Amino acid sequence: MKSKAVFSSIVPMLAVAGMLWYGSGIKSTSAVTADADNAGLKLPAGFGALRAAENTGKARHISITPAGDIYVKLARPKEGKGVLFLHDTNGDGKMDETQGFGNYGGTGMYIKDGYLYASSNSEVFRYKLNDKQQVIDPNAPEKIVTGLIEKNQHETKSLVLDNAGNIYVNVGAYSNSCQEKDRTPGSMGQKGCPILDSAGGIWQFKADKLNQTYGDGVRYATGLRNVVGLDWNQQNNQLFVMQHGRDQLHDLFPAMYTTQQSAIYPAECMYALKKGDNAGWPYIYYDQDQKKKILAPEYGGDSKKEGMPEAITPAVAFPGHMAPNGLLFYTGSQFPEKYKNGAFIAFHGSWNRAPEPQAGFFVVFQPFKDGKPFGQYEVFADGFTGSPEKTASGRADHKPCGLAQGPDGSLYVSDDVKGTIYRIVYNKK
Amino acid sequence: MKRFTLICLTVLTAVTTYTTAQKSPAKKATAAKAKPAAASSLANGKLVYTQNCLSCHQADGGGVSNMNPPLIKTTYVLGDKIRLAKIVLNGFSEKVEIEGDIYSNIMPSLNYLSNQQIADVLTYVRSNFGNKASAVTVAEVAKARTGK
Repeated sequence: MKSKAVFSSIVPMLAVAGMLWYGSGIKSTSAVTADADNAGLKLPAGFGALRAAENTGKARHISITPAGDIYVKLARPKEGKGVLFLHDTNGDGKMDETQGFGNYGGTGMYIKDGYLYASSNSEVFRYKLNDKQQVIDPNAPEKIVTGLIEKNQHETKSLVLDNAGNIYVNVGAYSNSCQEKDRTPGSMGQKGCPILDSAGGIWQFKADKLNQTYGDGVRYATGLRNVVGLDWNQQNNQLFVMQHGRDQLHDLFPAMYTTQQSAIYPAECMYALKKGDNAGWPYIYYDQDQKKKILAPEYGGDSKKEGMPEAITPAVAFPGHMAPNGLLFYTGSQFPEKYKNGAFIAFHGSWNRAPEPQAGFFVVFQPFKDGKPFGQYEVFADGFTGSPEKTASGRADHKPCGLAQGPDGSLYVSDDVKGTIYRIVYNKK
Repeated sequence: MKRFTLICLTVLTAVTTYTTAQKSPAKKATAAKAKPAAASSLANGKLVYTQNCLSCHQADGGGVSNMNPPLIKTTYVLGDKIRLAKIVLNGFSEKVEIEGDIYSNIMPSLNYLSNQQIADVLTYVRSNFGNKASAVTVAEVAKARTGK
């Protein structure tokens, strides 16, 4: 009798639990509706977009939990909160609950093996996640890396993890081209560029060891001026990075470069890295039309002389100054087959093309085959700026910055001007 | 939006001069006192700007977010002319907060420009991009160059 009573009370509980489970199941499919204007984006046929969140702040890199919640790293804290947790309570794809923590600005944001990793401009923290993939104690992160160089430029510390317990952190060069006098016309390069000791590369640290700094880590790759977008390619089990190429070839060496050449060179390069690689900054840059590593004018170059043959060659070379801030290898199955294992790149947009028109401010897709770039890249999502005039002037309404993949295979794009979080979905017929 | 009263430029010290209104009577008084810049000086100033400043501060003087400060109605541009000239002469490498945004890129020294070129470009900047401030003279640039 007693057990029957218990049983009869359990049944409706199970039913409710089942309905909740089923309901949450619906949420994690891509059954969200695109905004009528596709969030203002121009996308390939069959794709739609919605504004998952707006006005979050200067949204840099983002990471999506298996439950579909969004963690956002803000460049500067908003109301004292540098990390946002966005939750969708009713499954319509619009994040309607916001919590914040972490009183530091920064860029890095990545979820791996039960932890949320976040970076300020000099340190890396991690927060343990519970079984709902939510941060357990937002006030007590573990400090994984500390004391990284933070100077006036390229100070953001992007990060990604591999599958062997390592974290990779970008330390950007605090200089344009390692001139004796930074960004000063005609100033020559410092011999044996001293910046490379502690910046201008990717450092590898243990993901679970506290308070590491330079001596505890490995300079995994050097000669990288500044990397913002980076991702771990699961197919190759390899780190890929997007370098921001050097600025101001014409301003600094007007006799060698026209303003037109200065606007498109050097290339913004994607590199597939191996431990010990050197990409050549500041001694060389990559010219995407000559398809050569060209000696930098600060180091005796003349726009044609080649240099540093030992430097690695880019996997893909994009036109100059478009500022690749996000890289994501797509592993989902929501999008058509051609996107699988290919690379999405968020180009934040140029400033250094002036007086020529600015460019970028879009998300590009680079197809891959067997772990290698295959064929031409194509513009995947455009329209962030609001108009062609705003693109040309650089006065963009929105600038794409971070990329992340949702559990259902949706592609998320952050914007660090107004803080819109875009969700791009494929509407199967 | 914060509003600040415009203060006569001749008594301006380190006080902010962020101006929003065109109709302020104080402003008219100031404009009347400001020495009008010669046309040739403005044309030369634009040339100097295009060749030395534009790629960072942009054609509209709006700068680049997070990196290169705007030149539109900021204290640095509208305020103390000697301080402004010193920035051009010595460069600027501090993180600076303007209207709640931080700008952190390095500005090199442009001391290879002549006093005349600097006077012209600053006069151009102070009377363009929505700015309406008095001309900068060669004597003022010379003073900035010789001062510490």
